[in-house]
Amino acid sequence: MSINTLFRVFKDRLFLGLVYVFAFLVIVPLFFVLYYIIKNGLPVINWEFLLTLPKPMGDPGGGIVNAIVGTCLVVVTASVFAIPFGVLTGIYLAESRKSRLADLVRLCAEILQGIPSIVIGLIAYAWVVVTMGSFSLFSGSVALALMMLPVVVRSTEETLKLIPETIREASLALGVSYTRTILKVILPSGLSGISTGVLLGVARLSGETAPLLFTAFGSPYMNLNIFKPADTLPLLIFNYSTSPYPDWQTMAWGASLILVAFVLVMNLLAKLIGKKWEVTF
Amino acid sequence: MLIRPGRVMKSIRTFSADDIFRKVLQGVALLMLLFLAGIVVTLTIDALPAIKALGLSFVIETTWDPVFGEYGALVFFLGTLVTSFLALFISLPFMMAIALFLGEYYRKGFFSAFLKSIVELLAGIPSVVYGFWGLFVLVPVMRSIEIKLGVVPYGVGILTASIVLAIMIIPYSAAIAADVIKLVPSDLKEAALSLGATRYEMIKKIVIPHAVSGLFAGILLSLGRAIGETMAVTMVIGNANRIMDSIFSPSNTMASIIANEFAEATDTLYVASLIEIGLLLLLVTLVINAVGRYIVNRLNVVS
Repeated sequence: MSINTLFRVFKDRLFLGLVYVFAFLVIVPLFFVLYYIIKNGLPVINWEFLLTLPKPMGDPGGGIVNAIVGTCLVVVTASVFAIPFGVLTGIYLAESRKSRLADLVRLCAEILQGIPSIVIGLIAYAWVVVTMGSFSLFSGSVALALMMLPVVVRSTEETLKLIPETIREASLALGVSYTRTILKVILPSGLSGISTGVLLGVARLSGETAPLLFTAFGSPYMNLNIFKPADTLPLLIFNYSTSPYPDWQTMAWGASLILVAFVLVMNLLAKLIGKKWEVTF
Repeated sequence: MLIRPGRVMKSIRTFSADDIFRKVLQGVALLMLLFLAGIVVTLTIDALPAIKALGLSFVIETTWDPVFGEYGALVFFLGTLVTSFLALFISLPFMMAIALFLGEYYRKGFFSAFLKSIVELLAGIPSVVYGFWGLFVLVPVMRSIEIKLGVVPYGVGILTASIVLAIMIIPYSAAIAADVIKLVPSDLKEAALSLGATRYEMIKKIVIPHAVSGLFAGILLSLGRAIGETMAVTMVIGNANRIMDSIFSPSNTMASIIANEFAEATDTLYVASLIEIGLLLLLVTLVINAVGRYIVNRLNVVS
């Protein structure tokens, strides 16, 4: 082999080596983030932490049950708004592929997905908090619903597009009406894909902080009334970690561990559902 | 054949039910347009007091002092610009490496699945947790580096924020880039290899040029994400409302100033100024995302 060829082969190998190194360097931040969360968070977590309310400043102990309940409540309320709207819009987009209106709606969904979360927070503030006169969990749900909507639309559309035309034609040929064909034949076939999308959306939403800063606002009390301010895990992490009290910072590590575990479990669940109930054609 | 009236009535009824269903679908889809229009209109109306009172000085003045009613937002534009581009710059080699790994070298198999789940995990960690981790782990590290370098050891600041941002946008940009690289037709690549090119030469001369517009779009979309990212940046950038001296000094971005000050803003002009920053933030990300999406969508149609 000539020197030139050797050099070229060397360059090829060197490049491959660089690709390996840089690709696997992303493990480093992941490892360090997870390591510190587990190391600092695990000792904090016990039944008291999970099941009691925060104590006043200075008293040791106390828990974050209000934030856990708040997170669940705000995500569920947001889903109640976003899922029906999102699925219907997704059906519309999948059904009318060539219309200009559908293109426009699709573009809007993509743009909505790209809007910074803090701006969504401002919008929910202007739409709900100003109108109703107070911070509330409900306004936080509206913000999260706006963020979840495009995710649901997209996953519904993508899933329904993959369902073969023959299934629809078979249903229509049997005399089933268009509405029933969509709701009883097409939609159930796409259920796994749609629920995967919804769960991924929920996982992402449960970690959102910025849209809740001036909507759900945070509160140290247990609150089941959605028209009052409430705490959520991300809000609590933000407030506690930026506070000067070591007690609170320790609790923020525990809350982070719970939040990360929750988000990862949701992601895993979404994947499993996608695999288990996947309908292949 | 004799058609009985009842039959006709029934078929007409089902037909109109379908019509109603179609109309409902269309109506719901139209709501999406309404939401987006509503967002832009709401922000514009709420920002009007600031736009009227401050005009152009809002975007060219550098003094942000709510106590004296001075609102110049240039510092935050600069902060956003510098942190996002620095983050993009830091993430670029990692993003390209992951994209080539997943899109070219190992499309299937254990290694690819492993790297994919790492990247997905990285993408799944909430922003506020990154910020928290940055504040308590990365900031002390940065502080000791800054002491060694002999600059003022804030720990928090532009560079710290950019590093956290880079970690957060890598999964996003790498996923798009890998998809784009997968789209390069294999006959082109095989032709290059059969002519004796090494894999590196093939990537350099065929894959990258062919995928360049898609890669650009991916970078643009992750830039859009970096610009809008709020919590992690807010927690580690240091919140100083002055022009930066170096990449180590604390500053503020458009998103972080809103997150920090909106809840305590009482004065009408103060609130309107913050909302105007929000409006500008929205417009910038809108343009960036629209261009990025346009390129990506066009690629998908071609392939």
